[in-house]
Amino acid sequence: MFDDLLLTVLLTSIPLILAATGELVAEKSGVLNLGVEGMMLMGAVSAFGFASMTGNPYIGILGGGLAGMMVAMVFAVFVLGLATNQVATGLALTIFGTGLSGLIGAPLVGQAIDGLSALYLPILSDLPIIGVLFQLDALAYLAIIIVAVVSYVLNKTKAGLILRAVGVNHDSAHALGYRVLQVRFLAVCFGGFMAGLGGAYLPLVLTPHWAEGMTSGRGWIALALVVFASWRPGRVIIGAILFGGVTILQLVAQARGWGVPSQFLSMMPYFATIIVLVLISSRGRIQFGSPAHLGKNFLATR
Amino acid sequence: MTTTHPAHKTSPPPLLAGFGITKRFGDLVANQNIDFAIQPGELHAIVGENGAGKSTFIKIVYGLLQPDEGHLEWQGKPVTFSNPLQARAMGIGMVFQHFSLFEALSVMENIALALPPDFPKQDLSALIARKSAEYGIPLNPETVIADLSVGQRQRVEIVRCLLQEPTLLIMDEPTSVLTPQETDQLFDVLHQLAKQGCAVLFISHKLDEVKQLTSRATILRGGVKVAEVETAKKTTRQLAELMVGDKVKGITADTKRKKGKCLYEVRGLIRPAFGPFDVALKGVSLKVHAGEILGIAGIAGNGQSELMSALSGEWRPDQNGMLFTEDTDISRLGPTGRRHLDLAFVPEERNGHAAVPSMTLSENALLTGYDEDGVVAKGVIQFDQTLAMAQRISKMFDVRQPSDDPLASALSGGNLQKFVVGREIMKSPRVLIVSQPTWGVDIAAAQFIRNAMADLARQGSAVIMISQDLEEIFEIAHSIAVLNEGKLSEIFESSKVTAEQIGLLMGESHDLTSGQIPPKTNRTSGKERGAS
Repeated sequence: MFDDLLLTVLLTSIPLILAATGELVAEKSGVLNLGVEGMMLMGAVSAFGFASMTGNPYIGILGGGLAGMMVAMVFAVFVLGLATNQVATGLALTIFGTGLSGLIGAPLVGQAIDGLSALYLPILSDLPIIGVLFQLDALAYLAIIIVAVVSYVLNKTKAGLILRAVGVNHDSAHALGYRVLQVRFLAVCFGGFMAGLGGAYLPLVLTPHWAEGMTSGRGWIALALVVFASWRPGRVIIGAILFGGVTILQLVAQARGWGVPSQFLSMMPYFATIIVLVLISSRGRIQFGSPAHLGKNFLATR
Repeated sequence: MTTTHPAHKTSPPPLLAGFGITKRFGDLVANQNIDFAIQPGELHAIVGENGAGKSTFIKIVYGLLQPDEGHLEWQGKPVTFSNPLQARAMGIGMVFQHFSLFEALSVMENIALALPPDFPKQDLSALIARKSAEYGIPLNPETVIADLSVGQRQRVEIVRCLLQEPTLLIMDEPTSVLTPQETDQLFDVLHQLAKQGCAVLFISHKLDEVKQLTSRATILRGGVKVAEVETAKKTTRQLAELMVGDKVKGITADTKRKKGKCLYEVRGLIRPAFGPFDVALKGVSLKVHAGEILGIAGIAGNGQSELMSALSGEWRPDQNGMLFTEDTDISRLGPTGRRHLDLAFVPEERNGHAAVPSMTLSENALLTGYDEDGVVAKGVIQFDQTLAMAQRISKMFDVRQPSDDPLASALSGGNLQKFVVGREIMKSPRVLIVSQPTWGVDIAAAQFIRNAMADLARQGSAVIMISQDLEEIFEIAHSIAVLNEGKLSEIFESSKVTAEQIGLLMGESHDLTSGQIPPKTNRTSGKERGAS
C-alpha cells in the first residue's frame, strides 16, 4: 500500500520535473515563458499521436519533445525576434497550445495505446520500500539524469556561466561579445523540448489515452515550481515530489473521506510559491538566484 | 591648432591607427573622417564633451560598432573587428565607463566570462589574486560583485583586462567615480602598464587628469577631430577651449555672503538598511541656510540614494523630530506634502525617476508642476498651459529638443537633465535638494546647471547638492560635508578645506586607498604606496 502510494507520487512528479527543469533553464537565460501549459499539451498530443501511429512509445517521447520545442520556437520568434512582451506572449502560447492540441487530438480521443513500461532492474526493483525508486520507466530515469546534467552545466561549465550571465545582465553580456539572443533562443528551445517531454509523460505513462486539456494545470505548477526551487535544479526534484505528493494527497483525502477539502490541497503548491516569492522580495533577489533580467527584452541597438 | 598625420612616417608602424573613420546614425554623423594613431606604450587621451563622438569612436576600435567608412590598421596591417571578441583576441582590452560587470556573480565568474575560449586552463582564482596583488590592487576572487565598492569594481574590470596581457588598454572615463586617492592609484597602475609596453587609450573630459596622465591627446568636437596635441605643451584652459569650442565660463562660489536663516535641518536621521545592498544612515545631521549651497561629497554607494530618499520624503522615518524646514517638522510628510511647503527635489536617475521617458516633456513638467497657476483648472489639465510651462523651462534652460513637445526619451542625457533641474528651479523653491545634478552631462550643460543652482542660492534659496564630483562641489558649494558609510561628516566651509582633505574623508575606512589612509583601517593592502 505505502509502496503504491510512493510510486504514484514519484510518477506524478516526473512531468513536473521535466517541464520545470526546462523552464528553469529558459528563465536562467532571462526569458519568462508562461506558455508551459500550452507546450506540455502540444507535447502530450504529439506523443500520443506518434505512439499510436508507430506503436512505439519511444518515438512518442521524441515526437512530444519536438512538438514542445516547435511551439517554443514560435514563442522565441515573437519574444526574441520581435521583442514582444514576454508575459502576454507566454499566455498567448498557452491558449494557442491548448486550442491546437485539442484540434489535433480530436480524432485521437477514445483511442488507447501501449504506454511506456517500467524498466525492471534485477534485485534493485525488488528491494523493500526503496525498490519503488527502481520501478520507473526510461523517461523517468532520463528526467533525473537531465536534472543532474543541467545542474552541472549551469554551475560548473563556461556554457552555463554564459547562460546565467545573459540572464543576470544582458547588456553586460552583449558588451563582452556574447550573443544574447542566440543564447536565449537555445534556452527557450530547450525549455520547450523539456515541456514537451513533460507533456508526453502524461499519455505515455500516467493515463494511456488522450483527453483535451489533460495536463490540467501541471504547466502552471511547473512554473510555480521554478520559483519554489529558487532556480536551483536539485530543488526542482524535491519541490516536484512535494507538489506531486499534495496532488496525490487530495485524491487520497477524497477517497478516504478526510475532512480536508480537496480544493484546499490543490491550492497548496501555489500557496507555497507565494511564500517563496514573498521571501525573495524581502531578502533580495541575489541570494535566491533569481535572474535579474528575467522577463526583460533585449534590444541590441548600441 | 596642431594636427599631425596619423601614420607617423617613422618606423615602427603605430600599434593601432584609424584612417578616415566615419560613422553615421541616421542623419547624425557621430564620427566624421577621424584619423588617429597610437604607439606601443603610449598614454593617449581622447578628449571631448558628451556627444563629441568619443564613445562611438572607441566602440569602433573595440569592435562593438563597425565604421561606415574608413578602416583600422593594427601594427601596420588593415583589420576589421566585427565583434569585441576579435578585438580582444588581437590584444585590446577595455574598461567600461558604466561597468559591464554582473552584480550577482563572483569576481572570478566575471573574469572567466571575459576570457577568450583558448585561455589556458589553470587555477583562475590564484591567478586573479596574484595578478591583482602584482599591480597593488588586491582582489578576493570569491567576492560577489554586489558587495564591492565602485572603486573595487573598477579594479575587477582592470584585472579582467590585464589577465589577457593586452597591448592596448582602453579606459572609458575611468576616474569619474573615484576619489582623488583612488585616481592616483589608478594612474600608478597605468604608468606601470605603459612602461611594460602596453598602450593606454584614456577617454576623459577631465583635462587636469589628461594632462597629468597622458602625453598626447586627440580632441573631438561634434564628431570631428579638431586637434591632436602634446598635452605637456597645452594648458588645461587651452585644452578646454579646443574641446568646448568657445571660451569656458568659470564661476566660483561666492563665499562672502551672509548666512541666512536655517531653511532645512536634519537631526540625527537614522534609516535602517532594508536590503543587503542598502546602506544604513547612522545619525545624519545637517543644516542648510538661505543663500547657501551645501555640497554632500562621497563615493557612490555610501548612502547617497538612501539620504536622498529621506530628504525628499520617498522614505519616511517612523517618528517625528528628524527633518525640519524652518520650524515645521516634515519627518512624516511625503514628497507631495514637502513640495507644498516649497521644497523641490531632483533625484539622481533622470530616466524613470526624475522623468518618465515615455511621456512628453509637458506631461513630465506637469508631474511636479501641477500646483502652478492655471495648469490644472477644477481638476482638468489645461494642456496649452502645461505645454507653455514646458516650453518656458526649455527656453530658460536651453533644452535642445527635436520637436515642440518630444518624449523625454527623445532628449539626450544632458538636455533631459537640464529639463528636470530646470523644472524644479523654475518654481523658485525655498529649498532645492538635488542628487548628482550633472552626472553624465557634457561640460556646457553641466556649467549651465551649476550656474542655475548658484543663481537660485543668490536669490535666497537653500540648496543641498549630493554629488560625487568634487570639482563641482568646490566650484559652487559654500559648505561641504562628506557622506561615508552612512555617516555624514561635520560641515566645512568650502574655502577652508582642500580637495585632498575631502578626498581623504571620502576614502576613510574603505580599503580602497591602501597606504594613504590611517593605518587602523588598512585591512587588505599588500604593499605600502607613496604617501599623499
